[in-house]
Amino acid sequence: MISLPRNSRTRTWLGLAPAWLVIGVFMLVPIALMAVISFLEANPYGGVHFNFSTDAYVQIAFEYDLEDNLVFNPIYINIILRSVGLSILATVVCLVIGFPVAYFITLQPPSKRNFYIYLITIPFWTNLLIRTFSWILILGRNGVIETPLLLTGVIDDSLNMMYTNGAITVGLAYSYLPLMILPIYASLERLDFRLVEAASDLYAHRLEIMTKVIIPLSMPGIVAGCMLVYIPSLGAFIAPDLLGGGKRLLLGSLVQFQFATARNWPFGAAIAMVLLAFVVVALMIYARSARKRALIEGDL
Amino acid sequence: MKRRHLEVGRYHGLGTWTVLCFAFLYLPIGILIIYSFNASSLAMTWTGFSLDWYAKVLRNDSIQFAAVNSLVIATITTLFATAIATAAALALVRGGRFTGHTASLGLVTLPLVVPEIVTAVAVLIFFANLNLNLGIGNVIIAHTTFCIPFAFMPIRARLVGMDTSLEQAARDLYSSEWQTFRHITAPLLMPGILSGAMLSFVISLDDFIITLMVAPAGATTLPVYIYSMIRQGITPEVNAISSVFFAASVLLVSIYWLLSRRVMSVPKGTGTSNASGGSRT
Repeated sequence: MISLPRNSRTRTWLGLAPAWLVIGVFMLVPIALMAVISFLEANPYGGVHFNFSTDAYVQIAFEYDLEDNLVFNPIYINIILRSVGLSILATVVCLVIGFPVAYFITLQPPSKRNFYIYLITIPFWTNLLIRTFSWILILGRNGVIETPLLLTGVIDDSLNMMYTNGAITVGLAYSYLPLMILPIYASLERLDFRLVEAASDLYAHRLEIMTKVIIPLSMPGIVAGCMLVYIPSLGAFIAPDLLGGGKRLLLGSLVQFQFATARNWPFGAAIAMVLLAFVVVALMIYARSARKRALIEGDL
Repeated sequence: MKRRHLEVGRYHGLGTWTVLCFAFLYLPIGILIIYSFNASSLAMTWTGFSLDWYAKVLRNDSIQFAAVNSLVIATITTLFATAIATAAALALVRGGRFTGHTASLGLVTLPLVVPEIVTAVAVLIFFANLNLNLGIGNVIIAHTTFCIPFAFMPIRARLVGMDTSLEQAARDLYSSEWQTFRHITAPLLMPGILSGAMLSFVISLDDFIITLMVAPAGATTLPVYIYSMIRQGITPEVNAISSVFFAASVLLVSIYWLLSRRVMSVPKGTGTSNASGGSRT
């Protein structure tokens, strides 16, 4: 009985107090403040006027024309749709690349597994800016892909691979691939291989073993991996900025642009709130699927 | 037996696919490092081997200034974040069940869930409204907030796996609470604390977007400086400083990896682990 009955409640809260203080004051309060700012009026010279206004949110979908009528403006809606679309695409790319790799690692003897996982985690802990930058050397004009093709005459003009949705997707997938592999590996590692053997003994085809035994049993890892790739992709700044050339904005780079360059704080705050809302929805779907699974597994 | 398991679940092309995946992960960085030894002043055209760009990085005062800033910020951040995370982990794992347990756990891990750009602009708004300008102090505050969960997770993992029997024995032998903590709990927890500290150091050192938004003039860190270099045009100097940075990160992660393998192997007390395991939660 290590927990000490005498004033242990006080002690617990004393231990938690610094964390509450720091994260509360420097994270919860700022996010609340940001929510308030998103409902204020923008000052054209930067900063805000302290009047309640929903302009920032209206501005996401509409603009005022010359006669002061609200007309639909698809620019920002397109950015939101592009963010969601490219994030989903990057997630699918990571899943397709990552699942077989996670499965391959599970098939290795334990000592080798650790080394593979170490190799997977290294890129994750090294600087994202540098890793994304290295793709400019590959995709860019006169880059590693183009130069040999130009020299051998396969192509006679630049492929213009940079500043495209494709370049951003590659950048996102490259950034977050380890976050897909690790959770899938974690659930595959716990997979009871006797089930695979049983399926085989019962004349299941290789493909059936994969789709009806291995994939369903690794679902928790797959769902977690998808969340871990999808959520940071939505808010990504570096990949759209470096590989999209700052012209193909995503939600993350749009927020940064509003605060650093356009200086429209209420609008930037409103976009940040939209981004946060997308994340909360994704997390709720995730929590729901986890609860459902817990219920099903509880029944077994 | 074992062999048959593997054959049943084995698929064609898995090994090739994995090799391709590792190529995808490592080739870009490899190309970056190769190009950092390029003699040409154009980043994309290879003319010959040279160490000139590394020499240039060493002579660049702005890079050194930014690197010192990065190290100072990461060190102070690590001290704060690790202390706060250790206290929180002890309270949450050893405090039993109490109202606010879930809320506190959610709070500590909140910085992991909120997109970095949102944290960055929220903190920017906050500092701007308070007119707070502490130079690198602003960055340290933002980094500490962000690094707490990274320090917290390995410490908590270590604590959860730790047997309380040694602590109980110490208490039975009339050592005071402080003595127990000082001589039993703290040394057992140390690998967790060290790997938590290492993680928050790496995270702080690598952080770009929060620093970009929050850092006042004069508080530029290395990633922010590299970003401004990339913006001005890609030179082999960017490749050289990036390669040095990459090597430093790999070194830190490798140390962390060796430490965390020790975290996994938690020394178990003798026999009572089940009994005490039940009483902890």
